[in-house]
Amino acid sequence: MRNTQSTQLLFELSSPGRRAARLPACDVPERPVEELLPAELLADQPPPLPELSEPDVVRHYTNLSTMNMSVDTNFYPLGSCTMKYNPKRNERIAAMAGLADLHPYQPEESLQGMLQLLFELQEMLVEISGLDVVSLQPAAGAQGELAALMMAAAYYRQRGEQRTKVLTPDSSHGTNPASAAMAGFDAVTVNSNGNGCVDMDDLRSKLDEQTAVFMITNPSTLGLFDQQVAEIASVVHGAGGLIYLDGANMNAILGITRPGDFGADMMHFNPHKTFSGPHGGGGPGAGPIAVRQQLAAYLPSPIVVQDGDTYRLDDDRPLSIGRVRSFFGNVGVLVRAYIYIRTHGPDGLRRVSENAVLNANYLLARVKHFLPIPHGDRCMHEFVASAAQLKTDRGVTAMDIGKRLLDFGYHTPTVYFPLTVAEAIMIEPTETESKETLDAFAETLLRVVDESPQLLHEAPHTTTISRPDEVQAARKPVLTWVAE
Amino acid sequence: MPYTINTPRDQQEMLEAIGVESLDELFAMVPEEIRLGGDLHIPPAMSEMEMTRHMAELAGKNQSTADSVCFLGGGSYDHFVPAVVDFVASRSEFYTSYTPYQPEVSQGNLQATFEYQTLITQLTGMDVSNASVYDGGSAATEAVLMSLAATRRSGRVVTTDTVHPEYRQILQTYLANVDTELITVAASDGRIDLPRLTEQITDETACVLIQHPNFFGSLEDVERIALAAHNAGALLIVSVDPMSLGLLRRPGELGADIVVAEGQSLGTPMLYGGPYLGILACREKFLRRMPGRICGQTVDRRGKRCFVLTLQTREQHIRREKATSNICTNQGLFALRASVYLALMGPQGMRELGNLCLQKARYAAERICQSERFELAFDAPTFKEFVVRDIDGNVDDLLAHAASQGVFAGVPLGKWYPDLADCFLVAVTEKRTQADIDRLVSALRANSRKVAASYA
Ligand SMILES: Cc1ncc(COP(=O)(O)O)c(C=O)c1O
Repeated sequence: MRNTQSTQLLFELSSPGRRAARLPACDVPERPVEELLPAELLADQPPPLPELSEPDVVRHYTNLSTMNMSVDTNFYPLGSCTMKYNPKRNERIAAMAGLADLHPYQPEESLQGMLQLLFELQEMLVEISGLDVVSLQPAAGAQGELAALMMAAAYYRQRGEQRTKVLTPDSSHGTNPASAAMAGFDAVTVNSNGNGCVDMDDLRSKLDEQTAVFMITNPSTLGLFDQQVAEIASVVHGAGGLIYLDGANMNAILGITRPGDFGADMMHFNPHKTFSGPHGGGGPGAGPIAVRQQLAAYLPSPIVVQDGDTYRLDDDRPLSIGRVRSFFGNVGVLVRAYIYIRTHGPDGLRRVSENAVLNANYLLARVKHFLPIPHGDRCMHEFVASAAQLKTDRGVTAMDIGKRLLDFGYHTPTVYFPLTVAEAIMIEPTETESKETLDAFAETLLRVVDESPQLLHEAPHTTTISRPDEVQAARKPVLTWVAE
Repeated sequence: MPYTINTPRDQQEMLEAIGVESLDELFAMVPEEIRLGGDLHIPPAMSEMEMTRHMAELAGKNQSTADSVCFLGGGSYDHFVPAVVDFVASRSEFYTSYTPYQPEVSQGNLQATFEYQTLITQLTGMDVSNASVYDGGSAATEAVLMSLAATRRSGRVVTTDTVHPEYRQILQTYLANVDTELITVAASDGRIDLPRLTEQITDETACVLIQHPNFFGSLEDVERIALAAHNAGALLIVSVDPMSLGLLRRPGELGADIVVAEGQSLGTPMLYGGPYLGILACREKFLRRMPGRICGQTVDRRGKRCFVLTLQTREQHIRREKATSNICTNQGLFALRASVYLALMGPQGMRELGNLCLQKARYAAERICQSERFELAFDAPTFKEFVVRDIDGNVDDLLAHAASQGVFAGVPLGKWYPDLADCFLVAVTEKRTQADIDRLVSALRANSRKVAASYA
């Protein structure tokens, strides 16, 4: 039975005078606050926060947590998000005081171990990307995109070129065009061809001397490796543009091929996907960017450099775009990425990708008999099925199927993305799932597609809530608790 | 292999089911010419034991704040983190889930976010909060971008050099590619010079961005600054220290339109700079300009109260280039930590905490300045941080010496403020004891030059 009493809102559980935290007595001579601060700046009352006991808080959150699905509890094939297992060793190691209890403004002499780690991570990402220089500063993939596009703007400004457009494929993630707009560019969409890859004619027709960057996701959000990528790079470079690689899907190609070797000039990594950073219910991530030498001067500052036996932060980089984030960046995520890469080594990383691709293809092979896969028989680390036919035939949508899977203990795949596939169901199993899990999932999916439309429209049936009214939520937003 | 699960037999069966001969054949889509011929040149794999040893070695090359006394601040602080925060945040169901796209199996995260939004509005006195952005700096920058859209003024943004220098650098980076002029007004005596600031606020000005307590720890006259901004039709953005809000009036009562903060102090260790928590709250009328996720209350098909992500038509996955921001992955885990922290502290806890910071900081300032070598750089009232001037003008050696004694005494200011090259910023949290402060004072008193040379 669920404990619904303890999952009332914190504010409903509050009782005046109840307390959890107990602070030490003041051990220095104390003076009245009014003597120390001007009266007009002092609050009459402390903020109206809830008043709770420690057991209240623990029981509340522990019960709340049980209302989530997570990687540690469920198969979570959320396409594009690479919900792989998060190694527990990373957690214990990253929590060592010598790594976690470091202030960002400590003197560099007191940070040599951390700077060495970050320097080595930069170097390993250089190698994995096939590019030349890395900045670890961006806080997430989207901020990596933005930083790189701002670098492109600075690069062209320096060269005296007026380039105002960034091209992104219609299958790209929403952050790509959003980052382009934030960096001051006009975002222009390039269509996909019938195979789900870049339509070369459309690319050529939109590419001109105004084009600064073509952003490609390869493997794409359809789980396909675009074989035209070298040609794309040469066409874009021929027009004086740069290639940005959205590295969200690096999990498919570690040690197999490198963005720098297929024409990318800049890219971001999503260490919270590829290198197993726990997703934390929405974040944190990190968004290291790797670039070619000709762009290195524009990277955000600082970066870590090695001088003989010592490491230091270099922020004497006059062409740098500056900062995109305070302090060094999302170091905790980077430390986990470092541990992940070092515990895998070159073989291990390649096997990660081989098994990610094997698992996805295996699942595809099982699913294709009852759910159409519009873009063919093979995939990289993920594939996109379509419920369009089901919708026409029986009124069953991608959403219905996704919701019904919850009843069987599976997290819903990514649905309705990419936008180029009608009723898209985007499935990414990752390498950390077993054949048994994939078999059971495929069998469940097979069963679900045949269930009655009525049952599916009302799914899920076994969760604490079902089908929230999202229209009402948006029409009359209730975004905070208000005392009655 | 550490986390791949397929046995050779599994692999064989799977390859057969797919209809290929080898793993290699699975990669047929990747043209031969661009395949990596050999292995990546990265070090060979380490076992868990080896890795733990290696990392302990790296950690051992750092001097952590666990074995030193930390008086460093400037946006990241050594506040105490209660055990319950770590306990809750490490629950797998919070820790290894992602953005709550499926509300039916994310009510834990969604309710925690709804509570976070409420706690932040209670703390700041604003109407609404989002679910987090990256850090204090991106919060300040996103708030400025919001104000450009909300006021439809893109001519000018006014800030002051009392705002965190790195936040201003981020802002400058983001504004470099749009036609908005960024004016930075110089402080006088460590605080905003109101007439000088007012002079810069034109009818083209979208917003005024200030920090309170400011980067030097001093309190600003927020109400009068708000008036100056509003008189010109500009918005006021205030970057606050959440730990001050048990004592100080809330920015919502002082006229702020958007409040931003670095939320690290609310239950997150310093982690050499991140991941942290960008707090962003505003008045209701700017709600639809907000970046990032927002959680709302609704009912499910059976009429039961529940929570969902809402107002998503602002966001990149729907609006693409027309979105209010490009943010996708946020700092959800740290919003959770902040919520647990605030739930444990409650109103009284926050008040006592604020008082401890204030009393200890004042005591430390007085003790330091008993030496003829030091004086407070500014007269303005401060909360938990203050700027000390070294009359000998030898800050680098002084701080290096203190560090060698196990005391991180302060953040030198010369890098950002050439005029303050003889000054350093000292932060005193509730964690510092009288004995710690005594150590600070004696580390600062010793003859710096000689010992500093041996430390280097
Ligand atoms: C293909 C793709 N690109 C970019 C991003 C953005 O990365 P982040 O969420 O880390 O900002 C994502 C993540 O959701 C993605 O799937």
